[in-house]
Amino acid sequence: MSAAPARPRPLIDALLPLAALAIALMLFSLFVALEGQAPLEVLETIFAGAFGDAFGWQNTLLRAAPLILTGLAVALPARAGLVIIGGEGALAFGALGAAAVAVPLAGSPNLLLWLAMALAGMLAGGVLIGFAGALRQWRGVNETISSLLLSYIAVALMNHFVEGPLRDPASLNKPSTYPLAPEAMLGALPGLDVHVGLAVGVVCALLAWVFLRFTVWGFAVRVVGGNPRAAAMAGLAVTPWVIGLCAAGGAMAGLAGMIEVAAVHGACNASVLVGYGHAGILIAFIARQNPLAVVPAAILIGGIGAAGSLLQRRLDMPDATVLVLQGILFVVLIAIETLRGHAWRLPQLATPRRSPTPALAAKTDVSV
Amino acid sequence: MHVDAITAVLLAMLGGAIRVSTPFLFVSLGETITEKAGRINLGLEGTLVMGAMSAYAASLHSSQPWLGVLAAAGAGAVFGLLHGLLASLRRVNDIALGIALMLLGTGLAFYWGKAYIQPQAPTLTAFHFGAWSDSPALRSALDINPLFVAGLVLAFALHWAFANTRLGLTLRLVGDSEAAARAAGAAVIPIRIAATVFGGALAGVGGAFLSLFYPGSWNEGLSNGQGIMAVALVIFARWQPRRCVLAALMFGAAGAIGPALQSVGISSGYYLFNAAPYALTLLLMTLTCSRDTSLKGAPGELSLNR
Repeated sequence: MSAAPARPRPLIDALLPLAALAIALMLFSLFVALEGQAPLEVLETIFAGAFGDAFGWQNTLLRAAPLILTGLAVALPARAGLVIIGGEGALAFGALGAAAVAVPLAGSPNLLLWLAMALAGMLAGGVLIGFAGALRQWRGVNETISSLLLSYIAVALMNHFVEGPLRDPASLNKPSTYPLAPEAMLGALPGLDVHVGLAVGVVCALLAWVFLRFTVWGFAVRVVGGNPRAAAMAGLAVTPWVIGLCAAGGAMAGLAGMIEVAAVHGACNASVLVGYGHAGILIAFIARQNPLAVVPAAILIGGIGAAGSLLQRRLDMPDATVLVLQGILFVVLIAIETLRGHAWRLPQLATPRRSPTPALAAKTDVSV
Repeated sequence: MHVDAITAVLLAMLGGAIRVSTPFLFVSLGETITEKAGRINLGLEGTLVMGAMSAYAASLHSSQPWLGVLAAAGAGAVFGLLHGLLASLRRVNDIALGIALMLLGTGLAFYWGKAYIQPQAPTLTAFHFGAWSDSPALRSALDINPLFVAGLVLAFALHWAFANTRLGLTLRLVGDSEAAARAAGAAVIPIRIAATVFGGALAGVGGAFLSLFYPGSWNEGLSNGQGIMAVALVIFARWQPRRCVLAALMFGAAGAIGPALQSVGISSGYYLFNAAPYALTLLLMTLTCSRDTSLKGAPGELSLNR
């Protein structure tokens, strides 16, 4: 077959996400034009809403904070070759766990409260997604489907507790858990109008990157993700690695839930579920599962999300417009994988054949 | 609980099973066809939502609910075609593509559907199979939508076609062994694309049931992962259309537990019961999957069983 390993062209390959962004913007412009809007005006409004001024940036970075973590929630398990799409449920579980420990610990020193909330959130999210990894390793259950099912279960459980056992009777038409004391909320970063969740996200991304890039364990992960069978033969304990990476990913999404509770909403309720978990899938794919690249990808997607309200106010477009843009971007991003390693010999792609490469696009990229 | 209450709950679950199972049935039959040809389309969740929106819009504008069903099938076919074509490209992973199309389908449905949240479109009318009975509970349980009947017929027709027609055999060959199919002269890629288009069209019809019959209106929370559950259901049904019927009914019944209990006054744990169909799906997948052997009955070219 002619798809023999090509000479790697890392530079061209690195440009592919940018090419995907450009193509997606063109397709989106076409969509917008067919809907009777001026494409340039729409794109300009999106840019203005996301990065146009301090207010836009603040809005963008506020969204980027949880998105970095939900992006890591997909990127980390992907290192072991797993496609996890249950981030939304892990975030819900994390928010619930954080709110649950905040009630008995109310009045404790803030630092203790924050630590307990973060731990509870990470534990809740980690157990949820770790379970998907365990099912995959022990029972061969496809992790993509199981993680989404677990996500729906987690959201139902969150609703159960928020509407029932943990409900603050004072929350009348919007069921919530007992609120945090104002002074127990996570504050803003010095000099910025963005809460510390952003720093937490960036630090987590950095730690994940250092771990994968510079430690022996990171090397082990790469072997496991590259070829599980070879890894097993080399004496690596594949199952703990896979489950561990899933749990670590889930913990990231759980931490995102804790941050939403402790920095934004002040309690656990339905408004923590705004699709950050789903956007994390897209972010991890844009970043090609690289923890460091997750940060700019999250800022990009956070910006697109932040632009939604301006589109609505200025051009009277539905808030789902940004979902359409994200959807187009995602589809193009996956489709453009076909050019990876081959962008320089486009003409030969005319005859599509099923490739023998691993099922996962993520698997093929082992560089961190 | 009194005997009466138990009967009421069981009846409500039976009614719920028949009422709620149709989307599961259509999506799972569609996915069975697609997977038999060796592809997986996880995007059917988005297709379902898109089908529901297009059906509602078409029914509202034409006052013909059945035109809505047709529109849903058309929209589903377009999404199937998109998946079929793009997944045919080298190195494009069908599972990841499905997730992407799920996002795109929901985005487009929400975008175009904004205008249809308020107005009331004409919906499909049910067959009243329970007219003979005095019991209102039984009567309402036996108000059966024609699409459910169509799904039943389709399941048996597909079962027959897979086993007895040339097309059915070729489809299975393509899904089981690409090399053998090529040797036999089958057009592998076109067959896969056609199977994905057909699967998408059926998922669209499943969506039409949601917006045109039960619950019978369009809103953004219409489908809560029913498309994904149907994909899991295919695994449980071992890629056999007739078993899809059974599985769909079971899922429908699981989804009806909460409302059924509420109808007899048990409302504690209502949100917990919402998790029942997902938990059931997960349990069944866990029980029916196995780590060591590839799944019995699974098409050989499927990337699900990596």
